[in-house]
Amino acid sequence: MIVFDKPKSLTDAPLHYCPGCTHGIIHRLVAEAMDELGIEGQSIGVAPVGCAVMAYNYFACDMVQAAHGRAPAVATGLKRADPSKIIFTYQGDGDLASIGTAETVHAAARNENITIIFVNNAIYGMTGGQMAPTSLPGQVTQTSPYGRDTATQGFPIRMCEMLAQLDGASYLERVAVNNVKNVKNAKKAIKKAFQNQIEGKGFSLIEVVSTCPTNWGMTPEKALEWVDEKMIPYYPLGVYKDKYAEEAAK
Amino acid sequence: MTTQILIAGFGGQGVLFSGKFLAYKAMMEDSQVSWLPSYGPEMRGGTANCSVIVSDSPIGSPIVNNPDVLIAMNLPSLDKYENSVVPGGIIIVDSALIARKVARTDVKVFYIPATQMASDEGITTLANMIIAGKLIRECDAISHDNIEAVMGKIVSARHKELLDLNLKAIELGYNYEG
Amino acid sequence: MKGNEAIAEAAILAGCRHYFGYPITPQTEVAAYMAKRMPKIGGTFLQAESEVAAINMVIGVASTGKRCMTSSSSPGISLKCEGLSYLAGCDLPALVVNVERGGPGLGGIQPSQSDYFQATRGSGHGDFRMIVLAPASVQEMADLTVKGFDLAEKYRVTTMLLADGTMGQMMEPVSLEAPAVTEYDKSWAVTGTNCERKHNIINSLSLIPEELEQQNIERFERYAKIEENETMYEEFMMEDAEIAIVAFGVAARISKNAILAAREKGIKVGLIRPITLWPFPKAPIAKAAAQVKEFISVEMNMGQMIEDVKLAIGCSRPVSLVNRVGGMIPSPEQVLARIEEIAGGNGK
Repeated sequence: MIVFDKPKSLTDAPLHYCPGCTHGIIHRLVAEAMDELGIEGQSIGVAPVGCAVMAYNYFACDMVQAAHGRAPAVATGLKRADPSKIIFTYQGDGDLASIGTAETVHAAARNENITIIFVNNAIYGMTGGQMAPTSLPGQVTQTSPYGRDTATQGFPIRMCEMLAQLDGASYLERVAVNNVKNVKNAKKAIKKAFQNQIEGKGFSLIEVVSTCPTNWGMTPEKALEWVDEKMIPYYPLGVYKDKYAEEAAK
Repeated sequence: MTTQILIAGFGGQGVLFSGKFLAYKAMMEDSQVSWLPSYGPEMRGGTANCSVIVSDSPIGSPIVNNPDVLIAMNLPSLDKYENSVVPGGIIIVDSALIARKVARTDVKVFYIPATQMASDEGITTLANMIIAGKLIRECDAISHDNIEAVMGKIVSARHKELLDLNLKAIELGYNYEG
Repeated sequence: MKGNEAIAEAAILAGCRHYFGYPITPQTEVAAYMAKRMPKIGGTFLQAESEVAAINMVIGVASTGKRCMTSSSSPGISLKCEGLSYLAGCDLPALVVNVERGGPGLGGIQPSQSDYFQATRGSGHGDFRMIVLAPASVQEMADLTVKGFDLAEKYRVTTMLLADGTMGQMMEPVSLEAPAVTEYDKSWAVTGTNCERKHNIINSLSLIPEELEQQNIERFERYAKIEENETMYEEFMMEDAEIAIVAFGVAARISKNAILAAREKGIKVGLIRPITLWPFPKAPIAKAAAQVKEFISVEMNMGQMIEDVKLAIGCSRPVSLVNRVGGMIPSPEQVLARIEEIAGGNGK
C-alpha cells in the first residue's frame, strides 16, 4: 500500500530550490489541490520571474512563463481566451507586490476569475537577497544593509489587507507553511481558491508566508521560527475577504 | 478632374461632419474620395478643419494644401487659408461670424450668414449643413441628387428627426440667393 | 470608413475575437470600435490598466493559439516593448498596431513616421525582428491587418501594422470581406493537457547558453524565410525613371502627387513604396540603382528609412532626404522642388 506519493500534477523534474526553502511545500500543496479537484488536464499555470521562475518545469499542467510582475495580465488573457480552463499564477513578493502591483490590483478590481498563489518571504531570493516590498522594518538585506529604514525606504505592503478594500476581490487569505497545522490550513485555503474559480466566483489570492533561509542567513529551522517571531506578527494569518461567505451570512 | 475642399472652423461647428457628408455624397456618385480631419486636443472650441478630395482618378496625397473650395466658418480660418486657395477657386464665408470681406480678387466668393440663418430657423447647430448646401449649389463636383439617401447613410436611424433637420439645412443653403 | 475602424473590422473578419487596449490618441477609434463590436459577437474587449498589461494579456491569448491584437500610438508602444520582446522570445503570433504620432517623449498628437527605427530595429531587448507592414490607404489598413494575422501565425512572429496618424484618421471607401483563413499547426499552444500529452510550456527563459544560441539561430532562419518570401512593395512609374523616390505610408501618396507633377514637366521620376518595412525591399531598390542617378527618401522623421535605402544600394548613388517632422507633413511641392533640383543637374 502506498501511503505517500508524489502528486500527479507535479512532474519528475528535481526542484532547484535551496535546502529548507518552503517553495517545495507550496508547490506540493498546489499540485495536491489540482489532483483532488481533478483539474490538472484543464489547468494552465503562469510562472513568475523570481525563485519560482522555473515552476513551469515542475507543474505537469500546461504552463506559461511571464515577464516580471505581469502574470495576472497574462492570466487574464488566458482566462478570456477560454473561460473553461483553470488559470493560476504563482508569484513572489517582488513580482506581485512591487513591479507587478498594478497588474495584481487591477486583476482583483476586475474580479478576474483566476487563482493567485502569492509567496511572501520578504526578500528577493533569486537575485541574491535584496530588499522586497514586504521586507520588514529593520530587516537587513543586500540593499538595506543597515536594516530597512522606513524613513527612506518606506514601509512594507500588506497585500491582503490592501486588496480587501476592493469590491472586485472575492477571496483573500493569508496562510503560512512553517508548521504542520499551518500547512494543513494552507492546503485548505489553496484548494478553496481553485474551487472558487471552478464555481466562477472570481478573484482568489492566497498569500503564503514563506521563508528564505539562504538570504535570511539562517538555518532552515531557525527560519521557520522567525516566521512565527517576526513575519506573522506583521502579516497576521487569516481570511481577509470571502465575499461569498459574507453574502451567505447576510 | 480633382476637386480639393477644405472646411475650416472651430471644434463643435460640425466641420468634420459636413466634410463627411460631402465625401459620402461624392462616393455614392462613384467618385474617388478621401476625408482627413485635423484638430487640436480639445473636444470643443479648438480649431478644426477637414480635407475632402473628390476625383475621377485615384487620390494621391489626402492632404489639401491648396483648396479649390474653401469653407471658412470663422475669422482665424479665413485669415489662415485665404491665400492658399487656387486662383479661380471658390471661397464660401459664414458672414454671420466673419465681418471682413475676402481680399482676393481672383477667386469666386460667396457670403452666406449661415449661423444667423440656422439660429433664425431654430436649427442652431446646423450652420455647417447650410454651408454644405451652398457648396453643392456652387461647386460642380458634387450634385444635388439623392441627398436624402446619403444623409440616411450617415445619420443613424435612431435620430430620424436629425435627418430631416439636416436636409432642411442643406436646402436652406442651396436656395440661398446672395 | 476611418482607417482605424477599418483595422478593427478587418481584424474581426479575420477571426480575431480578443482585443486589449488602452486609450491614446490617435488610435482610440480602434478600441472604441472593438468595445462596440466584440460583445455582440462573443468576443473580448478589455480596456487594460496599462499598455504593459494590455500586451501581456495579448501574450496570454496568443499562448492559447487564438488570434488576438492590441493597438496603441508611439508612447504606448514604447511601454509595450517589454511584451514585444517576450512575444518574440516565446515565438508567439500576435498583431500589434502602432498609429504613430510625433515624438520623442509625449511629443504631439499629429501624424508622424518617427517610430521606423523602433519598429524595424529596436522594439525591445534581445535579437529579434517583427514583420512591419506600412499601409498607404484605408483599404490597405484593412487588407494588411488580415495579412498581418496570417503572417504572424505562419511564422510564429509578431506583426506590427505601422500606420501614421493620417492613415488612422482619414476616411476612404473600403471594401471588406471575410478572408479565407489558413489553419497552421498550433500543437505548441497551451490549451490544457487533458492529461493526454506532456505539458506545453510557453517560455522565453533559457539559462544554458548553447541552447539559447541555438534558439536564436533557428529564429533567424525563420526570419530569413520571411525575407525571402514575404517582402512586399509597390513600384510606380519606375520603368523609365531616372530619379527614384522611396517612401511609405502617407509620404508615398504625397510623393505620387509630386511625381505626376514632375512627369508633366518631362522629368522621369518614379516611386518604390515599401509595404513591408521589415523585411525591407532591398532587391528592387538595389536593382533601381543600376537605372537611376539619384534616390530621394521622403519621410516624416529626421531620416530613418534613408539608412536602409543607402544600405540597399551600398551607397552607390546619392540619396537625399525630403522630410517634415513633429506632426508636420511634407507637401508635394516640397518633394517636387527636390526632384527639380536633381533634374536641373546641380543635385543640390
